[in-house]
Amino acid sequence: MNVALRDPNVIMKLSRLGSFHQSKLSFLRSFLKEFKDWEYRRDLFDLDEFGFGVAVYSFKKNSRVYSLICFANQLDENERSDRVIATKWDAAFTLHDGVPTKKDIERLKNEVPKQEVGRLSYKELTLSRANKSVRVFNHVVESLSNGKQPNKELLSEVGYLYRTTAVYGSGKFGLADRFRIKDREEIYGPFRLEMMLVYLVRQFTFDQVNHVAKNKNPKKAVKLDLEICRNLGIGNSTGLGMAPFIVNHPTLLNNWIYSREVALKKIREIKNIENKHSELFKHCLKRSIKNVTSWNTESEYQQKKIKSLLNDLNIFINFLENIFDFSKEFAFNEIYSWLEKNSGDECIEYVVSMMMEPYDDIINPLINKMSSEEEKYFNIPTNRTVSELRNILESKYSKIINIDFSKKENNQNFWFISKNKEEPRLADRFTEKGSELEQPLAIARDIKKLYEALSTSKNSSTIDKFLANNSDLRHVVRRAFIIEKFPYSEIQDNTIGQSIVPIDMLRLKLSFFGALKFDPRSDKWLRICMFQGAPLPEQLKNYDDHWIYN
Amino acid sequence: MKSLSEIETVSKRSSRAAGFTWGIAEEVGKNTKMLEMFGLPGIKNLNYYFRLRSKKNFEKLNLVSDKNKTEKNEFCPIFAGLSFLDQVRSLESLSEIEFERIACPLIFLPFVSRASEIIGKKLELNVDDKVFLLNYNNSIYSNSLSNGIIEVGNNVLIKFKENKDSFKENEWKELYKLSEDTFVEESDSLKQDGAGAGLTDND
Repeated sequence: MNVALRDPNVIMKLSRLGSFHQSKLSFLRSFLKEFKDWEYRRDLFDLDEFGFGVAVYSFKKNSRVYSLICFANQLDENERSDRVIATKWDAAFTLHDGVPTKKDIERLKNEVPKQEVGRLSYKELTLSRANKSVRVFNHVVESLSNGKQPNKELLSEVGYLYRTTAVYGSGKFGLADRFRIKDREEIYGPFRLEMMLVYLVRQFTFDQVNHVAKNKNPKKAVKLDLEICRNLGIGNSTGLGMAPFIVNHPTLLNNWIYSREVALKKIREIKNIENKHSELFKHCLKRSIKNVTSWNTESEYQQKKIKSLLNDLNIFINFLENIFDFSKEFAFNEIYSWLEKNSGDECIEYVVSMMMEPYDDIINPLINKMSSEEEKYFNIPTNRTVSELRNILESKYSKIINIDFSKKENNQNFWFISKNKEEPRLADRFTEKGSELEQPLAIARDIKKLYEALSTSKNSSTIDKFLANNSDLRHVVRRAFIIEKFPYSEIQDNTIGQSIVPIDMLRLKLSFFGALKFDPRSDKWLRICMFQGAPLPEQLKNYDDHWIYN
Repeated sequence: MKSLSEIETVSKRSSRAAGFTWGIAEEVGKNTKMLEMFGLPGIKNLNYYFRLRSKKNFEKLNLVSDKNKTEKNEFCPIFAGLSFLDQVRSLESLSEIEFERIACPLIFLPFVSRASEIIGKKLELNVDDKVFLLNYNNSIYSNSLSNGIIEVGNNVLIKFKENKDSFKENEWKELYKLSEDTFVEESDSLKQDGAGAGLTDND
């Protein structure tokens, strides 16, 4: 049986991409899998009684060492802000390539806490900062210092002691360029070093809270229970900075989605499902429901999605338990077809993620294919013809080229880079100033322009001649030739329309990171939790790969 | 030190701010990164060119021929470079291409380097007395690696280098003969057991 890959015109719609969930392909899970055999150490822990100072954590294998350097600083209550405009944080972090010398730590002490206005070197790989959830952190300190474990309900409601507000990599602020390290096998998967940073930061938060509690009451203090630690993650506040990334990296986006689609296709093509696999699928599915029921958000938009997801999941589980027969051939294909008929986007994508759980043999080879050599596809094949390019647009952007951009609602917004923080932003074209400085993120509109320009050009004319007279369309000509080879490289939606929900773009990326419990705080930013339930560093050598559902 | 990623991003944005379209700005970003990676002063020359460009006009060369002469002002290195890059497949049949007066020719160079990769031939770029050998966009060999600004290339010449050996046959044979000293003479019995042994190839 040959199952076709799902249609990019359906899957690449923002509403569908905004319904994606973490899976075995997610970067934080593949990071843990890759680094489970590495030697973990806490190399330095030099904090004062209030928890301020320097700490270093490392992962080591053979001659390779990655070291997280943490700087915890005192912060006035009124200086604490998760917004990107903040200039001070409770703690700042960098992942250093190798073992840092005293000189490195001294240098970084002056730079890392400054974040965007500091300067890093090629020896640093990632950079981040984080703020305490003051309510939770203080409660934990108070409880531990009195010899008690903290209130689990409060901890479960928040899910973390600290939340990061940005994680930078790939050459930002002087960090090492990706090309310097891209051939290291352990970081073939995307964002692996960013995941390492967040994971080690999580451990730092536990060590710090224990340290402060101990200093507060040395005789009575107890350590935070390891099981409680395991059920805490690291929060993250994410704004629009992340959204343009998926537009600006089309081949990378393709490789993420393509891996997911290939995995689904292969699972649907399995003729006979082994009993242990169907049982594991059902087990993970049922256990995972608690991740949905404990998903707290004040966002009405997300509440509706969660409600519909839970409703659909209950119907699906009932179908699975009482009607469905896993012994029939191509059972997962049957399940998928049933979902398409009976469930919404959230539930379909949720179950698709779950289907991957039993199949390491399908998933593992795909994980290393999720990076991209983007430079290879930068040159435009200018010897191709106008008619060939038009055919690409008609087959790959069939919905896009029918959008009427003369209508105000289809042209409502523009993306720009803010002057004060150099971060991407979205604004109303008709009420805000600055649309003349629009970023090239209105791909649908520009593809439509390209289509119109091609319609008045000679079919046999080559692209070099077309570009000589249409240099304003060069960026989308390049993209069109990329999508010809990479079918999932483009969002099949209008990213400047009135009805755009930008957090759908964030949700897509964060689901591939492996985030849980998306909590939109507006249509332009959200909070998430990462590594909640993940094994602690000392437990990595022998951990359950399905920890996320335990 | 600035990372190459920062160099690419800032060059791209500044090119857009200087009036180029986003698609062209993307090309300039990649090119400046490449120059800096090869140790050539990309940022310095790009800055200089944008300063010049804010004060005077440059000729836009859209269609490249074997001899390209400016009407009045120097050629813009970005438009000349783009046209050369885009049209290189059809220009390949010409053995040499001349350009008269290209402003800041170092900005023109990466387009030629990338063209070398596209057609799979080495290209020699002569800028007055400076020579740059561009090897499939993998490396650049030059007699001029100064760290300064090249304001104008009065006589710019691109030579398409045919893919041929840089050595004579007897030089090759001499080296090959020496390499044979790593081989072991097979015995007759071993030859009988080699690949394909015992089968007929006429089946």
